[in-house]
Amino acid sequence: MTDPVAAPVLEVRDLHTYIATGAGVVRAVDGVSFTVGEREIVGLVGESGCGKSVTCRTIAGLMASPPARSTGSVRLASYGDRNLLDLSAADLQRLRGAHLSMVFQDPMSALNPMMRVGAQIEEAVGAHEKLSGRARRTRAIELMERVGIPVPERRMRDYPHQFSGGMRQRVLIAMAIAGRPKLLLADEPTTALDVLIQDQILSLLLELQRDFGMSMILVSHDLGVIGEMCDRVAVMYAGEIVELADTATLLEEPRHPYTISLLRSLPDVNSQSRYLRSIGGAPPALVDVPPGCRFAPRCPLALDQCREWETELLQAGAGAHTARCWRHEETRREDAWPEQSYESA
Amino acid sequence: MSVVLGPSGTLLESLESRSRTSRLGRGRITLAVGILILGTMIVASLAAPLITSAKPDAIDPLHPLLHPLSPGHPLGTDSFGRDIFSRILYGGRIDLLIAFGATSVTAVVGTVIGLSSGYAGGWVDTVIMRIVDLFFAFPFFVLVIAIVAMLGPSVFNMFVAIWLTSWISYARISRGHTLGAKRQEYTLAARALGYTNRRVVLRHILPNVISYVIIFAMVDAVGNIVLGSSLGFLGLGAQPPSSEWGVMISDGQNYLLTAWWLSTFPGIAIILVGVGFSLIGDGLADILRPGD
Repeated sequence: MTDPVAAPVLEVRDLHTYIATGAGVVRAVDGVSFTVGEREIVGLVGESGCGKSVTCRTIAGLMASPPARSTGSVRLASYGDRNLLDLSAADLQRLRGAHLSMVFQDPMSALNPMMRVGAQIEEAVGAHEKLSGRARRTRAIELMERVGIPVPERRMRDYPHQFSGGMRQRVLIAMAIAGRPKLLLADEPTTALDVLIQDQILSLLLELQRDFGMSMILVSHDLGVIGEMCDRVAVMYAGEIVELADTATLLEEPRHPYTISLLRSLPDVNSQSRYLRSIGGAPPALVDVPPGCRFAPRCPLALDQCREWETELLQAGAGAHTARCWRHEETRREDAWPEQSYESA
Repeated sequence: MSVVLGPSGTLLESLESRSRTSRLGRGRITLAVGILILGTMIVASLAAPLITSAKPDAIDPLHPLLHPLSPGHPLGTDSFGRDIFSRILYGGRIDLLIAFGATSVTAVVGTVIGLSSGYAGGWVDTVIMRIVDLFFAFPFFVLVIAIVAMLGPSVFNMFVAIWLTSWISYARISRGHTLGAKRQEYTLAARALGYTNRRVVLRHILPNVISYVIIFAMVDAVGNIVLGSSLGFLGLGAQPPSSEWGVMISDGQNYLLTAWWLSTFPGIAIILVGVGFSLIGDGLADILRPGD
């Protein structure tokens, strides 16, 4: 891991993405800032609907507008000093695949069912480079070998439905790295896969990230995955980053009550308890966001002040560790927590 | 390939390929029968002069209303003594031209409109779909009759009427499936890889839309033949003495009780062409969407 402050590959500053829906304006991403350093893997973790995927898609310029509108700035070092949010559709199209690429959650539906797998990889290879048919094919076979697809010459001629989920995800990864992007956005790349395959795919991503010197944003709701893969983690809740720290610090010394509750709700094999701990309540609807801290309604530590004013990300502990909580000094103390608050059936 | 995968792979693969081919095989048989029927009709009407020496319009006042299987007249003659067999063969040229000419133009135009509308979205989509709704609000047949009546009865004006009105079905179908394909992750993935809009539409959306269009086109072709015949029957399409099948049925209606063959054989010809197109459509449906 290199120093992330030195030269961020990606800098996201005060990113807001609002989406107009029939029920009102959904504030899917509301003031998110973070950086991704050279060869760094940053994790975005949070429950469903907290804005992780929307953040990724906004960075890649993939949110349909209308109904979505974004403000703030997204800057890629490899693309000069331009705000990606201001790019024209044509510029975005040239940027995607070459400077940043994306791996999706569901490998079952992310491949075109009507096209042979080889043709789809060749197409990704040729999208940003003028190559002869033969060169494209050679490169496609190399890529398939690189991502661990056995007998690529034969598998190229198959259709996606003849591939297993894990193999399809490998194909999609091959397509994503075909343009040698500097930044890979992996949006829950293993959620649709079973645990063993999940591990293989994560190892592959890690290996490719090292070999190609890529930076990566890994979106997941699985703290185990995040812990294994990431250098730094941003915990998202209701469209905001509530805690940002390097992985070890976040897992060992979390400061935000939400992060602490999340970690406590992980099942513990050594525990005698027959119950799984959960966080009571549900995240707020992002249509009508109440004032104050967005976690306050579910937070056992919430004070009156928390329900009225929301804080910025505050420096917590040593190093680059920030948490969006007034009481971040106290949250590590066991006696600050009401005893029964996180013990539910 | 079995060498690579070993015995268990071979077993699996043989079953997989079998379950796939049974569906494909059924589709191929249906398709082959359809092509055989339609092909025979096409070849027969194109090669009519080689098959029968009788002229379709040659009047023979001495032999009106001859029964089928009369010497020289396998399907009999009509009230003017014209050979029915020859008239059906020559008339087929008009009806098949209607099937292909009317259907192909509207299919292409409608699909292009539907694809653009669905992919562009926004106000473009809204405007196009309101126009489509406007057309749908009229009873289709009445609209076609009104247009032909306005332009004057002729085969060409019938084409114009069909071109003006039939594209809406294709636009609807292709727009619907375009919206479906647009929502699929493979379209998002294609965009995430930086493909141009043109490439996304032509390589990733169109192939997933086209099969539905082709299958519908087969049904539509049958519809157009029936429509053409109906207009001929009503005197709005092909005009007598043309031997368009609808015109022939119309000519024969006064003799239904005394000379059934006048209307029955052109009716059978229409049914045969219809069945041919339907079988081709069913077969293509099985073959083009094997993954479903």
